[in-house]
Amino acid sequence: MPRFQVRRVYMTESILITLNGQPKEVLAGISLDQLIADLALHERRFAVEVNEHVVPKSQLSKICLSVHDKVEIVVAIGGG
Amino acid sequence: MAKHEQDFLTIGSFHCRSRLLVGTGKYKDFDETQKAVEASGAEVVTVAIRRTNLGQDQNAPNLLDYLSPEKYILLPNTAGCYTVKDAVRTCQLARELLEGHPLVKLEVLGNEKTLFPDVVQTLTAAEILVRDGFQVMVYTNDDPIVAKQLEEVGCVAVMPLAAPIGSGLGIQNRYNLLTIIEQANVPIIVDAGVGTASDASIAMELGCDGVLMNTAIAAAKDPVLMARAMKLAIESGRYAMLAGRMPKRRYANASSPLKNQITD
Repeated sequence: MPRFQVRRVYMTESILITLNGQPKEVLAGISLDQLIADLALHERRFAVEVNEHVVPKSQLSKICLSVHDKVEIVVAIGGG
Repeated sequence: MAKHEQDFLTIGSFHCRSRLLVGTGKYKDFDETQKAVEASGAEVVTVAIRRTNLGQDQNAPNLLDYLSPEKYILLPNTAGCYTVKDAVRTCQLARELLEGHPLVKLEVLGNEKTLFPDVVQTLTAAEILVRDGFQVMVYTNDDPIVAKQLEEVGCVAVMPLAAPIGSGLGIQNRYNLLTIIEQANVPIIVDAGVGTASDASIAMELGCDGVLMNTAIAAAKDPVLMARAMKLAIESGRYAMLAGRMPKRRYANASSPLKNQITD
């Protein structure tokens, strides 16, 4: 019984990460592709970095976030 | 085909007809950007890599909807990077964003006011990126020693500035540029500081392989018209260089024959 309760707490636990330089609360262990879906990011072309390492698109469902992770989501914009 | 008609620019594994490369910053909107880029005839187009705005309308168009990677050779830059680490991170993000596209414009800046490159960090970043399989076009100053070193670490093009980014001052040190061109075994593309059409022509007459510009077009009163002017300037400067200009003389040399004048 206690073990089941602990698992339920874990799944609804919120953690603080940094997303594009701003603090953000997300579900503990959330995957990157779930985060992107939750953000309703409709950009076709973007790239993601976690803790200064690029995450290939093919790995987005496999990387899960931990507290204090720094996530960057970037796009191409006009520039010289 | 005449020699000048087969005159391709080859940068790394990329080939293009146009020797005008353009940036996409500072335009009024995407529509103007697209029209100006088209008028310029440019095939290589730079973009910046920035955080997506998470709060805004997610259905807002993206620049790449107007400048498709299928139609243009995109050149993501590391604008705003002051460290090797940030420049390398930006290039890795760009490559992922553009699905493995290896071409990047490397710039590692040293000063906010002048936006001059920190060439020591630039060299370090270039080495790292070349080893990681990038094809690096590198923004540098007009120092011929550094230009050669950047070539030697494997950059596919070296891009000396004419004058500070966005200054429109034109080529400030043509003799250094000439030296860089003469000693180079990779394309030399003037990048930064061009202000008007004659600046671009002068660069091409000196023997540059191409010119990269952004503000000169975007900040003109009529950017689309300036883009056309630049296209012609690049072509005319290139043809003039290939044609082999006449020598300069100290004194006059009459253009009409001296014999048989009625005044004899």
